[in-house]
Amino acid sequence: MSAQSLETPAKIDWDAIRRDFPILDQEVHGKPLAYLDNAASSQMPQQVIDRIVEYQTTFHSNIHRGVHALSQKATDAFEETRSLVRQFLNAREDAECIFTRGATEGINAVMHGYGRKFLKAGDEVVITHMEHHSNIVPWQMLRDEKGIVLKVVPMTDDGRLDLEAFQEAITDKTKFVSCIHVSNALGTINPIKEIAAMAHAVGAPILMDGCQAAPHLTLDVQDLDADFYVASAHKMCASTGVGIFYGKREMLEKMDPFLGGGDMILSVSFDETVYNVIPHKFEAGTPPIMPVIALGAAIKYLTAIGRDNIARREDELLAYAMEKLDTIDAFKLYGPRDTKTSVISFGIGDVHPHDIGTILDTAGVAVRAGHHCTQPLMKRLGIPATARASIAFYNNTDDIDALVGAINDVTEIFGA
Amino acid sequence: MTDLRNLYQEVILEHNKKPRNFGPLEEFTHEAHGYNPLCGDDYHIYMVVEDDVVKKVTFDGTGCAISKAAASMMTTKIKGKSVEEAEQYIAEFRAMMADELDDDGQEHLGHLKVFAGVAQLPNRIKCAVLPWHTLNAAIHGNDGTSTEGEADEWDG
Repeated sequence: MSAQSLETPAKIDWDAIRRDFPILDQEVHGKPLAYLDNAASSQMPQQVIDRIVEYQTTFHSNIHRGVHALSQKATDAFEETRSLVRQFLNAREDAECIFTRGATEGINAVMHGYGRKFLKAGDEVVITHMEHHSNIVPWQMLRDEKGIVLKVVPMTDDGRLDLEAFQEAITDKTKFVSCIHVSNALGTINPIKEIAAMAHAVGAPILMDGCQAAPHLTLDVQDLDADFYVASAHKMCASTGVGIFYGKREMLEKMDPFLGGGDMILSVSFDETVYNVIPHKFEAGTPPIMPVIALGAAIKYLTAIGRDNIARREDELLAYAMEKLDTIDAFKLYGPRDTKTSVISFGIGDVHPHDIGTILDTAGVAVRAGHHCTQPLMKRLGIPATARASIAFYNNTDDIDALVGAINDVTEIFGA
Repeated sequence: MTDLRNLYQEVILEHNKKPRNFGPLEEFTHEAHGYNPLCGDDYHIYMVVEDDVVKKVTFDGTGCAISKAAASMMTTKIKGKSVEEAEQYIAEFRAMMADELDDDGQEHLGHLKVFAGVAQLPNRIKCAVLPWHTLNAAIHGNDGTSTEGEADEWDG
């Protein structure tokens, strides 16, 4: 037994944890809200809301350049979050942890700052069939500008990456690999450490899109040997407006900054600008201070519960849901059944996912219906869209029962 | 369930299951493509117009029950009607989705009024109007229409 599990409480009061989330205590269309759209955006506990209120009511100010007390306090809180992110990712140093406006901006920062500087015509960038649009479009922009070759690793019928095909795709021409850690559409946990080893064997750096991994898995960017790792704060109980962008120091130092402006410089004259050191080189302009401070509170909250406990809770709720859903004849699961996070991507007979979504909404059950910004993945599965229920640790079996009940309404109405 | 029965009325479910005038036309005088990039509803409308009369109209494609039933019932409604009357239906259907349909329009729309329940669900209105947008594009010789971006001449 590890030291950490000895320290965690033997039994966690998940009902009390649910009560930390005030938004969950409401009715939608006259039914108790069952919020199962956590993969799109998670909810915020009172502890994080309180921290935002504290910041806005007692020490809101701009950071880094102020000489007054409020500015110092805001700067300390901002930089404390950087340190919390470093611990959350197990990065070597705080300076490797950069705040962007979102994970998408992190990927774009790598495309502009590394891709445009170091990649040239004929160089190959390897991505996968499972990527979110945010990890496809930037590389297509680079392809159109620089003439790089974009190679796409195929996906199996059950929504996994084919590692043999991955190995075949990576050659001496491969100069960059960008891969999603956990599929947002299917929940598949990819063997990202093995993929990183394949990339590094040919000297190619790897970017890992961790938006869905960060809320669920314990992360260690050193163990994974990630050159870059991005995540999204609003999917981990904090607010929209800030993303985590990790890069190895040596990578960040040789890259160009993506955005120019204030705070990212050491000196500016009309002849020359000297860029600031990392992380500031990548944080031009006033950053999203409030969301960053909220992220700090969210990381403290998640860490206090224990990320192993969170993963276990979500896995248990997933198993409970799948046991019930599998008894529905018309229920069809997309993606794998194991080695996955608590995402259930599904269809009901030939009922269109938007009709499923509308019927579930009427029952107070919030899910996502659509292509989940993964149109190539949907095309690979031969479907236009799926319905997606995504479970967080603050959900409970009542939420799952509401989902199952509403799906039975779908089958009844459509005769599916 | 009562609200849902109001939305998913039997006639809508029936047209979804057995869409009328479904499939492409090999020869046509008018055609347009309608697409909702947010949800993936994707239809083509094909028409044969002679002497300002809609002699034939079919649709092809994929989408939700609301959009498919709307397309199916639209084709049965306008087949054999003048282009002018088809445009009147387009205007009335849009007015119904905006909750602005007058009594004359109500009467003229007839059984298309089963879609009135959709107007209460803002995130599903685009499903019901997409076939009508596409019909409008076909009549006016536009290649296609989208519910998003500049192609949506009726946005907002």
